[in-house]
Amino acid sequence: MNLVITGAALPDGTSTDLFVTAGRFAAQAAVGATVIDGAGLTALPGLVDLHTHLREPGYEQSETVLTGSRAAAAGGFTAVHAMANTSPVADTAGVVEQVHSLGAQHGYVTVRPIGAVTMGLEGERLSEIGAMAGSRAKVTVFSDDGRCVSDALLMRRALEYVKTFGGVIAQHAQEPRLTENAQMNEGALSGELGLAGWPAVAEEAIIARDVLLAQHVGARLHICHVSTAGSVEVVRWAKARGIHITAEATPHHLLLTEELARSYDSKFKVNPPLRRNEDVLALRSALADGTIDIVATDHAPHPLESKECAWDEASFGMVGLESALSVVQLAMVDSGLFAWADVARVLSSAPARIGGLAGYETAFAIGSAANITLYDASASRVFGLGDLRGKGLNTPYLGRTLPGRVIATIHNGYPTVLDGELVDATAVASAASDFEQRTSRA
Amino acid sequence: MRHLLSTRDLDLEAAVGILDVAEDMADVATREVKKLPTLRGKTVINLFFEDSTRTRTSFELAAKRLSADLINFSAKGSSVSKGEGLKDTAQTLAAMGADAVVIRHSASGAAQVLAESDWIDASILNAGDGTHEHPTQALLDAFTMRKRLHGNASRGRDLDGLRVTIVGDILHSRVARSNVWLLRTLGAIVTVVAPATLLPSGIDNWPVTIGYDLDAAVDDGPDVVMMLRIQAERMHAAYFPNTREYSREWGLDDDRLRRLRPDTMVMHPGPMVRGLEISAAAADSSRSTVLEQVANGVSIRMAVLYLLLASEGGAL
Repeated sequence: MNLVITGAALPDGTSTDLFVTAGRFAAQAAVGATVIDGAGLTALPGLVDLHTHLREPGYEQSETVLTGSRAAAAGGFTAVHAMANTSPVADTAGVVEQVHSLGAQHGYVTVRPIGAVTMGLEGERLSEIGAMAGSRAKVTVFSDDGRCVSDALLMRRALEYVKTFGGVIAQHAQEPRLTENAQMNEGALSGELGLAGWPAVAEEAIIARDVLLAQHVGARLHICHVSTAGSVEVVRWAKARGIHITAEATPHHLLLTEELARSYDSKFKVNPPLRRNEDVLALRSALADGTIDIVATDHAPHPLESKECAWDEASFGMVGLESALSVVQLAMVDSGLFAWADVARVLSSAPARIGGLAGYETAFAIGSAANITLYDASASRVFGLGDLRGKGLNTPYLGRTLPGRVIATIHNGYPTVLDGELVDATAVASAASDFEQRTSRA
Repeated sequence: MRHLLSTRDLDLEAAVGILDVAEDMADVATREVKKLPTLRGKTVINLFFEDSTRTRTSFELAAKRLSADLINFSAKGSSVSKGEGLKDTAQTLAAMGADAVVIRHSASGAAQVLAESDWIDASILNAGDGTHEHPTQALLDAFTMRKRLHGNASRGRDLDGLRVTIVGDILHSRVARSNVWLLRTLGAIVTVVAPATLLPSGIDNWPVTIGYDLDAAVDDGPDVVMMLRIQAERMHAAYFPNTREYSREWGLDDDRLRRLRPDTMVMHPGPMVRGLEISAAAADSSRSTVLEQVANGVSIRMAVLYLLLASEGGAL
């Protein structure tokens, strides 16, 4: 399908027509191209998530590569990085190739598997990092996310070893002993509610250790879901010293605070936990000044029964793909901290760069694969279950008014979302296959 | 009252109201036939996810003295699994037509989750949720203090100016939390004494004075000393070096007992570990209110069940 998108505003504020021919950006319209009216809409480069839990293989009752890909497309994403904590764990070439090929086959988004740092996420022996890097999945990001690589020697070795393959370790910073049975942010509220505390120091101490290790061995380091003002200070200090560190914040940590735990409603239970308002504001300004590089969703679907219970018994995690762009608009754009070019940076070009994903360096460049998110920033909606497209219903935003709406998502030149609705799975899969064949011939 | 989930949301009028109804209930225990027909036809379920023979028995007696049908539903050890346990059990009890559910659960907030869910419509009575609250324990403690102070002239009184010192594991104690909020509402002045490891973070914002030194607290001449139990699982988690040191620093031993005023009340929510947080002499002294607390517990629970079930939609 060839496309013309007319009159959409680019992230820099200018308006233009965009032409997509044979999956790629072109200088002019192809004959017979389908026209999408972009007037009043913002055209963003396709969004890239560096932190998604697709749950397949092993936890298909929570999410599959297909359902997670559909949730991603609905949220305006054209690429996601799938975390390794599946069953079996993505610690061998076989598992990452399976996830990669499922993603390619379904075609809603580019699925980039993340490999486990350690075998079985057990934190004892390195997984087959070289095999995963050299596999058809071409893994460049390695993470034990969900667990911290807490052993200092193993972390040092991982940082060094991954350097060999040009990859990066994405650390889930959580000192395990300081967070045994932890349930929510440690502070006055956890004391009052009688919920075991997850202290900020448990995150900050690991980040401090790891930036020093990264400096010592001259490796790159990425910090997942930074959640505290103290962590921001450590990251800022490390960057000032020239250490090769990048950091992400989740949409929910940019908007929600620990006060929500007062309800004991476990849809607000997440790891790292929601923090204080001071932390939310520190994360926003760190994202605005570049100390935090990107927004990543930590989309963590769970079946209903994992959340319909007492707080202590509930699973950690929230779904985030479908709401991410709206939440970033609310927290960063509508608050005046961000222009749309900044949104494009933290949700597309920067996560692609960290993840080693080519084609996102320059938005809308002629000849590159066409990945576009067409967004109506002036829309407003009361977020409901009907806005979710994955299997997980565990969103913290139910009943909240959120700005914006994804109107269309274009992945490799074919639409995955049109008029705000997902395109049929068969049509998407067939378009994906066409693009694949054209690319391999070229 | 629709539910009783915490003492934090009780205002002065409601708190004194419960204590006054409990006075009436206490009178029932002195009669030859210790029973009222008030809750005949009502079904009360004791839903205990954690063992607690004392609290369960106290609620059982309270419900029976009010002629309610009481069923003990022990969820512990049954096939109740993680996750769906609370919801399925609640829906089962709703289907059985429970009017009130007395819930004890190891997770903080479990009673509130039940009350705010659409799984069950019954009145929810929190009989201890994790390390959050245990409101009937605080009410019976306040009732006991008021009774010792004012005897038969207790009705209508609060605890204005009473100096209460709570000693021990504040961090993990739902009894301490419920007591702090209720005692503040009733006008008492509360001091907590514990090693810093057993104080919750943010306690600086609680309406209490904080101390580490039990000797200083004893010599300060409090009206009430409330000793909290040290649970076995804390002893191996680096909260303090060992029980000998804990006992030496924060136990109410014979020497500290002697230094208290003769009319200082010594309270303990039970079960006590004699020789650890409280000496045998302290537990058995005339200052000790331990057995009065047990007796008053039945009166308080009768009062709460009565207020939840007998006066639906209106005040007493």
